[in-house]
Amino acid sequence: MSELAWIEAALTSARPQAMGALLRYFRDLDTAEEAFQEACLRALKTWPQNGPPRDPAAWLIFVGRNAAIDSVRRQARHQALPDEAALSDLDDVESPLAERLDGADYRDDVLRLLFVCCHPDLPATQQIALALRIVSGLSVAQIARAFLVGDSAMEQRITRAKARIAAADVPFQAPGPIERAERLAAVAAMIYLIFNEGYSAGAAETEARGALCDEAIRLGRLLLRLFPAEPEIMGLTALILLQHARAPARFDQEGAAVLLDDQDRTLWNRRMIGEGLALIDKAMRHRRPGAYLIQAAIAALHVRAERPQDTDWAQIDALYAALERLQPSPVVTLNRAVAVAKLHGPAAALDMIAPLEPRLSGYFHYFGAKGAFLSQLGRSAEAREAFGKAIGLANTAAEAGHIRQHLDQREQNGDAAEERPQLPVGPQAPGSSLG
Amino acid sequence: MLYAILCYNDEAAVSAWTKAEDDAVMARLGVVQDGLARQGRLGPVARLMPTTAATTLRKTGEPLVLDGPFAETKEQLLGFYVVECADLDQAIQTARDLAAANPDGGSYEIRPVAMFAPAPATLAP
Repeated sequence: MSELAWIEAALTSARPQAMGALLRYFRDLDTAEEAFQEACLRALKTWPQNGPPRDPAAWLIFVGRNAAIDSVRRQARHQALPDEAALSDLDDVESPLAERLDGADYRDDVLRLLFVCCHPDLPATQQIALALRIVSGLSVAQIARAFLVGDSAMEQRITRAKARIAAADVPFQAPGPIERAERLAAVAAMIYLIFNEGYSAGAAETEARGALCDEAIRLGRLLLRLFPAEPEIMGLTALILLQHARAPARFDQEGAAVLLDDQDRTLWNRRMIGEGLALIDKAMRHRRPGAYLIQAAIAALHVRAERPQDTDWAQIDALYAALERLQPSPVVTLNRAVAVAKLHGPAAALDMIAPLEPRLSGYFHYFGAKGAFLSQLGRSAEAREAFGKAIGLANTAAEAGHIRQHLDQREQNGDAAEERPQLPVGPQAPGSSLG
Repeated sequence: MLYAILCYNDEAAVSAWTKAEDDAVMARLGVVQDGLARQGRLGPVARLMPTTAATTLRKTGEPLVLDGPFAETKEQLLGFYVVECADLDQAIQTARDLAAANPDGGSYEIRPVAMFAPAPATLAP
């Protein structure tokens, strides 16, 4: 790897901690961001000459903070602070200071930084954009590409989000245990939103949006390092790892969606699967199953099956039943119906989803699943009608194409709902917008 | 003499590598490993999952199971090699070869092996 590449990797990994601390000092996102940018510029100049500091985050916090204060002082014609180029390594000179400034608050700093981005005043799209800009450090152009909008539209979206944050009252004192738990839940939901943005992209958009899935995994691991004993964060990280592991098999050469049953399982990413399963193992020990962990356990049953017919549908049905009890949602019941269809046949599944129709009348996957169950029962005219509604509600060309494929070739055999990630359920989750 | 070469680095930085960068590093390390294997000096090699997948058993008093690595450190144990070396000089040279293949940050700790039970070939992650 080139020198520039490792410096960039070090800056990226230090970013959440450094930005979190700078936000605490300046209590303003723009000032913190400018200070961090300035520190990064100086790192690019200094690190190749002096070698990397032992603690890049502490270096960036110290230098960024001085740079911001320095610029205020320059404006006031005061004396400048010593040049950081003279410092080969903060460990020698300033480590105790940096340590004192940060050590104890590090965890809450990063959590606050993440939490600021998913402030309840912000709509979901602004939350994601802000988190990708502020925490992950993606450029506005990269984020714009991921959301398929122009740079200036994305710039505006981020500016508006920052203005709302500035107007909102973000508490800067260390959070209490209840507040910390609430923040953690909000941040977890935001990370899953980021993942879903990437996951629900069609094949054509995967290159730009797939990066969102990687970013969500990175944020999940970051959160897990801060809160190593939270089973729901293990569950969240496992869930996105297991779902993303299937990415290489989800689209065919032409970009059409490939159903879970038809995917080439040898293409699945074994390393991500291994890590996801390890996290589920750890989380299970806590015996506090939450919504993410249950969904991860369902994803694990899919990836553990070497062939589709090996899938343990009874266990999946039981897990969905547990999820329904924990966080009732029509989307969960719809997903459960797919397992019920496998276990007890399409008629039972159809009975199960019928009461959901008023609440899911605008939901693509409802009609996709309904059409599949009907066609399995040989009720082709009704199936065609349901598939027609699904196509009308499709969000991506791949979704519509996938239903057309049902209509054209394989009316006898299919399922639509399970291939998608299960929508997260709960107050902060997008699933709740379905009503 | 067998030596363990323990690989430490900031795992957050390593996980910020792109897949292409990661693949390139692994390919270059593979060349060094192939050389060692041809000389019959290469023992087991392991790349560990991130410390987020780690669990720690504290043996003080009633053993306590904790989530996460045993200590919060700036650099984490990411993997290790077991290599046959004539002496420390050769072990250091081997670590240098690995470092040349993967020059980004981190450290290699070289530890002589006191006891070694070879693993059967059937074991796999």
